[in-house]
Order: sequence, then C-alpha cells, then structure tokens
Amino acid sequence: MESLEPVAPFSVARESSFKKLQKQFLRSISARIGLILTVVIVLLAILAPILRPFDPATARDFAARLSPPSWEHWLGTDGLGRDMLSLVWYGIRISLLISLVSVGLGLIIGTLLGLVAGYFRGWWETVISWLTDILLAFPSILLAIAVATVMGAGLRSVMLAVGVVQIPIFIRLTRSMVLSLREQGFIQTVRAFGAKPGRIIFLHILPASLAPLVVQATLSIGTATLEAAGLGFLGLGAKPPTPELGTMLSDAFTNGYALSAPWTILMPGLMITLIVLAFNLLGDGLRDSLDPRANR
Amino acid sequence: MLRYIARRLLDLLPVLLGISLLVFLFLQLIPGNPAVVLLGPRATPDQIAALQEQLGLNRPLPLQYLSFLGKLIRFDLGRSIISGIPITQELATRWPATFELSVAAMLFALILGVPAGILAAVKKNGWIDNLAMSSSLLGVSMPVYWLGLLLVYLFAVHLRWLPPSGRLGVGVSLQPITGFYILDSLLQLNFPAFLDVIAHLLLPAITVGTIPLAIIARITRSAMLEVLSQDYIRTARAKGLLERWVISKHALKNALLPVVTIIGLQFGTLLGGAILTETIFSWPGIGAWIYEGILARDYPVVQGGVVFVAIVFVLINLLVDVSYAFLDPRIQYK
Repeated sequence: MESLEPVAPFSVARESSFKKLQKQFLRSISARIGLILTVVIVLLAILAPILRPFDPATARDFAARLSPPSWEHWLGTDGLGRDMLSLVWYGIRISLLISLVSVGLGLIIGTLLGLVAGYFRGWWETVISWLTDILLAFPSILLAIAVATVMGAGLRSVMLAVGVVQIPIFIRLTRSMVLSLREQGFIQTVRAFGAKPGRIIFLHILPASLAPLVVQATLSIGTATLEAAGLGFLGLGAKPPTPELGTMLSDAFTNGYALSAPWTILMPGLMITLIVLAFNLLGDGLRDSLDPRANR
Repeated sequence: MLRYIARRLLDLLPVLLGISLLVFLFLQLIPGNPAVVLLGPRATPDQIAALQEQLGLNRPLPLQYLSFLGKLIRFDLGRSIISGIPITQELATRWPATFELSVAAMLFALILGVPAGILAAVKKNGWIDNLAMSSSLLGVSMPVYWLGLLLVYLFAVHLRWLPPSGRLGVGVSLQPITGFYILDSLLQLNFPAFLDVIAHLLLPAITVGTIPLAIIARITRSAMLEVLSQDYIRTARAKGLLERWVISKHALKNALLPVVTIIGLQFGTLLGGAILTETIFSWPGIGAWIYEGILARDYPVVQGGVVFVAIVFVLINLLVDVSYAFLDPRIQYK
C-alpha cells in the first residue's frame, strides 16, 4: 500500500491532462470529422478481405468489361471486368499499408538521425544536415520517382521510395527539438548525474519530443498517400493484380477508358482524397490540441 | 547585397555536389551493367564493351564520378537511349513548355489565393473564411492528375468548352521563336494563335495550380491574421483610417513576406505537379518527357530530367532568399 501512495497523484495528474487534451481535441469540428473519417477508413481497410463482394485479383467477368454502375456491380467494372467496389475497397487497404509502412520507415530513420545530429553535433550534424539539404533539394515526387526507378516497380519499392522522401522531414523536426531540449535544465541535470548519451537520448529527449513527431507522422500519412498514388499513376506502383488506387487511375488512363468510362477513375481518386483529407484533419486537430500556444 | 548573393551561391555548392552525387549513383544503383542499362536490352556484347570503354565504366567509381561531374559542368548529360537525341538539347526544347505552364499555374494560384486568404482573414470565422479554408484543405488533399482527368472530362469531353490536350490546336500556325507560345504569338501579333494558346493552357494551369492556390490562401490568411493583431494596425484604426486602407496599405505589405517564401517553395510542387499533369494533357514539357522515359526505361532521360528539375528548384529558392532584401528592408545581410 505504501508504495502506491506517491503514484496516485501522479496518475491522477496524467489522467486529467489526457482528459484536457481529449476535450481540446474534440472541441474542434474538423478534428472530430478527421477522427471519424480515419476510423472508418482504417476499419474499411481491415475488413476488406472479409466483406468485399468479389475477389479483386481473380474475379473477372470479361463479358461485363467497363459496364457502368449496376445492382450487381455498384461502382461498375474496369477494363478487365473486375468489380470496381472490390478493387477500390482493397485499394484503400493497400494504399494505407504503403503509407503506414513508408511513414514508419521515415519516422524511425529520420528520428534516429535527427537525434544523433542534434545531440552529438560536430561532424555528425554537418554530414546529416548536408544529407537532409540534398534530399530536400528535390521536389518530393521527383525523389520518389528516382528511388522507385532504381528499385523497379513493386509494392516494396514504393514503400521505400515514399519512405526516403519522409526521412529529411523527420530529421529536421527532431534535430530542431533536440537542439532546444539539450540546453534545458532537466537534461543538463541528468547529464550532470553521469547518465550516458543513449540513456539521455532515448529516456529523456525522445519522450519529450514525441508530441510534434506524432503530429508530423499523422500529417505525413496524407502526403505519403498522395506520393504513393502518384508513383502508381506513373506506372511505378504496385504490380498488377495488386489493386492500388493510383495504379487503378493509371490503368484507366493508359488504356484509354478513363474518359469514356468515368466510373473507373471517380472512386479511386475520391478515396485517395478522403484518406489524405482524413489524416490532414486528424493531424491538424492533434497539432492544435498538443500545441501549448493553442491552449492559452 | 552582392556579398550575400555570393555567399549563398557558395553555400549552394555542397548541395549541388550532393545532387550530382545522388544522380550519378542513380545509374549505378539500377540493377545490371550501366552500359546495358544505357544501350537497352537489344545491345550486342561488342556494343556493350565499346560503350564501357568509351564511358570509362571499367575505371574505379570515384574517377567515374569526377568524369560525370566534368560532363555535368559542361551540360553534357548523355543521350536518350530511344531517340539518340542529346539530353540537354531535349531539355532546351521542352523547358519553355514546362516553364510557361508553371508560371501560368502560379499566376492562377496567386490571383485567387492571395485575395481568398485576405478575405478569409478579414472575415475570420465567417462563412467566407470557412468556405475558403475547407476548399483549400480539399485542394491539398486531391491528387492533381485526378483533378486534371475530371477537368478534362467535364470541360473538354462533356461541355466541349476547352481543348483536352496539347499546346496548340490543329490548323493553328505559330512560328516558334522563344518557345514560350504566349510570348511568340504576341511577338507575331498572331491573335488567333494567342487565344488558342490560352485555351490550351487553362485546364493544365488550373490543375497544376490547385495545390499552390490552396497553400497560398492558407499562408496569406495566417500571415494577415498575425499582422492584423499588431499594435500599429490598432493605431492605424484608432486614427480613423478606412478599414480598406488599413488592410491594403498597412497590413498587406507585411503579410506578403511569408507568401513570397511559399511561392518559392511551391515552385517545387509546381514542377512535381507538372510531371504528373503534363502526361494527362499531352503537354510537351519536361514532366511528360520524364514519364515517357520511365515507361520506356530510358534512364538517361529520367536522370537528366531529375537533375535539371532539382537544380532549377534550388536556384529558385536562392532567388526567393535574395528577393527578401527588396521586399523587407529590415532584413540585414551580414
């Protein structure tokens, strides 16, 4: 019992600050819309293999190629006679998977490099900052195109290409936070007690930097979705028959039926827009509630 | 000022070197022998051996990089595998099309984005603000090439108001002088061609300009809100100045500085957007050329396009940095 006593006020304080954060977040209508949209999109992605009406990879009805929306095919069919609803539904899953993996990749590598550059400074900082400047010197889609061209088309290649584009963003963000945190009293105290750099970085600096990183990661899922779909559109995305939203638009465009059968482009594009919109709204909402200036 | 520009150019050197290194590695990292990559799959062993010798591919990598760098400085980026035309020659012919499209898109974004941002800030939390900000959020969330396809479907296929693709209609004659068709048609006082060029430019410019428009509107709004809350604005209002005067003469000038930064940064988005958009509109610029290069596995084309766009992007950002001095005399360059 004795050991529990000092913990209680701390957990109450944490709970109340979480509740405050929650209240702050839910106060904004756009944040609420973003949250609902994100939850729906994630649920659709998870449930795709169970609930989709047809198998997008194998179910082909060549006789019903490019048929408009009907009772059997709610969103019509594509040039290979595949059900558009199933394709788009699965496409959400693939697009979201690409975005999550690539942002995860960018977040992990970028944060680690940013921590090293900001904490150790010197040569580490010079080299890492140089690398960041070079990566940022390319318009993001161009960098992704270069990486994907080298790797060849495919799901893994898209994830890596989009991930590489995210790395400099996280390096910059983490480095700037470490630079301000390392001079603060609590870090200097821990250092004075003889804590090793690894311990200081991962137990003290990283947790203090988490909020902006979470916000950036959420916003990055939106941009990653756009970039991945862009690569898909350029023919550098997932290989058929993997249904990816950008590749669907590319198929409709390159095979010349995008304008004669507009249902083949309407829903894939709309779904990309909704995914990006959802994560942008969620990210904006998180930033507003986590930003101390917004709480004043 | 000149010293500042010189220093910024010197600062750029490591970045430009880095870009060249990355672009050099591009060909090296593609699986397979670079000579085979350059000659294409139908190359004979003799041709491969000859090209390896000619390009010095048997030499160590650092030496190969130095030779690549030397060629890059002399604007020698090799030749297209498919057409055999030198890359720099293709870049020179295609650049005006991309530049014209980018400028038109930026004008579209500025003409609509800045007033929308100002109005949203002045009518903060009103319906204009909500409409402007919701539209801008939608604008940044949309894939540009999808928007392009929808615009073509609506305005070219369905309503038949505007042409679906190309830079110039069939039967319209225009002698290229500068490669910038608007300028060329004006120089030749060829008004039918001028109107035709504008009609062809509209849809691609709206498509490419949508994301910059959305971002410019957001940045203008937040910069205006920041300026409008400052003391000197309160003083101006207290003097009894008309609100219109306060906004146009006092607030706008100071609010425009972040907008200029964004214009520079958005040129990257424009060029990136152009790669995806030119394809849809069969716009004969660098974007469509890179796309063709990707489809045909014409790696020197992709490499040349990437290095060119990256260098242009870096130089535009330098131009933006330098333009601050003219816009804001408070900034001191030391």
